[in-house]
Amino acid sequence: MTREIFNKELREVKDKLFQVTGDVRRNLKLSVRYLEKRDMTGAKMIVESDEIINLKVLEIEDLCLSIIATQQPVASDLRLLFSILQISTEIERIGDYAKGIARISLKIGSESLIKPLIDIPGMEQLAGQMLSDAITAFIEDNAVAAESISRRDARIDAMYNQVHRELLTFVMEKRSNINQTIMLDWIAHNLERVGDRVTNICERIIFTVTGNSVDLN
Amino acid sequence: MNKLETEAKGMSTRNYSLFYGGFKALNRISIQIPSNRITAFIGPSGCGKSSFLRSFNRMNDLIPGVTTEGEVCIDGRNVADEDVVQLRKKVGMVFQRPNPFPKSVFENVAYGPKLHGVKNRSDLAVVVEKSLKRAALWDEVKDDLHKSGMSLSGGQQQRLCIARAIAVEPEVILMDEPASALDPVATLKIEELMNELKANYTIAIVTHNMQQAARVSDYTAFMLTDENRAGNLIEFGTTKQIFTTPSDTRTEDYITGRFG
Repeated sequence: MTREIFNKELREVKDKLFQVTGDVRRNLKLSVRYLEKRDMTGAKMIVESDEIINLKVLEIEDLCLSIIATQQPVASDLRLLFSILQISTEIERIGDYAKGIARISLKIGSESLIKPLIDIPGMEQLAGQMLSDAITAFIEDNAVAAESISRRDARIDAMYNQVHRELLTFVMEKRSNINQTIMLDWIAHNLERVGDRVTNICERIIFTVTGNSVDLN
Repeated sequence: MNKLETEAKGMSTRNYSLFYGGFKALNRISIQIPSNRITAFIGPSGCGKSSFLRSFNRMNDLIPGVTTEGEVCIDGRNVADEDVVQLRKKVGMVFQRPNPFPKSVFENVAYGPKLHGVKNRSDLAVVVEKSLKRAALWDEVKDDLHKSGMSLSGGQQQRLCIARAIAVEPEVILMDEPASALDPVATLKIEELMNELKANYTIAIVTHNMQQAARVSDYTAFMLTDENRAGNLIEFGTTKQIFTTPSDTRTEDYITGRFG
């Protein structure tokens, strides 16, 4: 095996992607937990920490550009770097969804929730697990796992539809519920989008490993 | 153009092997090189790229002890059956080191047409101007066509050699590392020139510079020696395919620099 420096740089950029995915996964989980607990300090922390995630993603981009400029990668190396750039963008957007949930949580403020949350934490659990599994599949070059992970998105979509229908009944029941209903619906929508973003990541994994562009959405 | 016509036009080999005495240097190579395109041959030193390139204009005939098996065809005709002077008119060649004749710029370009019977001075002048223009050298030399070809810069000398090659209206231009002795600016000029020339000529280039192969060629052929040190064609495809999704792991290992 030759190209030790190049291999070291590729490992470094993959490690960084893995780390920032961990940060995003944590923020997503906490954003829903703080929503449930009505923890305003926690929600503020999520909003602020998103800035650090954005900086980490920029660092990954910068590293990729520098590797492309100095090492002239081709074939699987080029596909890998191209995918890292795209996956890091998806991760950054998932971070934005977590921040969005925290912001909505702050907007709801001290009001008590119109219902105990069941499906929203469930959606977060599913989407977060998809994200963790997808990044593991990426690190392990596992296209088969990626395809299988992407299929879980259908379950998240179904849960979103269910949450949406349920929230409509709350509006019909009591008009004053309308404000919080819209906000909770928006939160569920954010989580539904996380599933779509992870599906995009799964497409990039398949491209990295096989060179084929597939549409899993 | 139907399939047969496509095959009849351009260069191809079928089960072509080349031996230097008892040593097999090329092993049963079959390839169809598309016309009016640039095809790059890449592979490590000693894999037979240059030997293969020289098979198309029978340059290997000059080496004692060379024997071949199989076929090398140009426009559907076996090169072994062609008159070698006519063959080399059809198949021009540009080498690694620019090798202008120790004559004037004009005489360098007029040499081939003269050899093939163009005697009239004004006819020659037309050919020289046209060839130098096609080789993107005209503007730099037009004011003094009688200065020595050897007095030009390296990059200009190489374009002079290209002008000399195209003066006899070949169909094919073989280029063996045409830019490896040139600086980056002269290299880019040669590469741009190749891109313009492919409208009229079929170009085959041997290069060690993988980025150059990726930049200039439409098709790429990867060659590698087997356990007996004979050169084999491992993979042939569009340059985009070879450099993004090679199908053979040996190609992948070579182009990503993880070879050996």
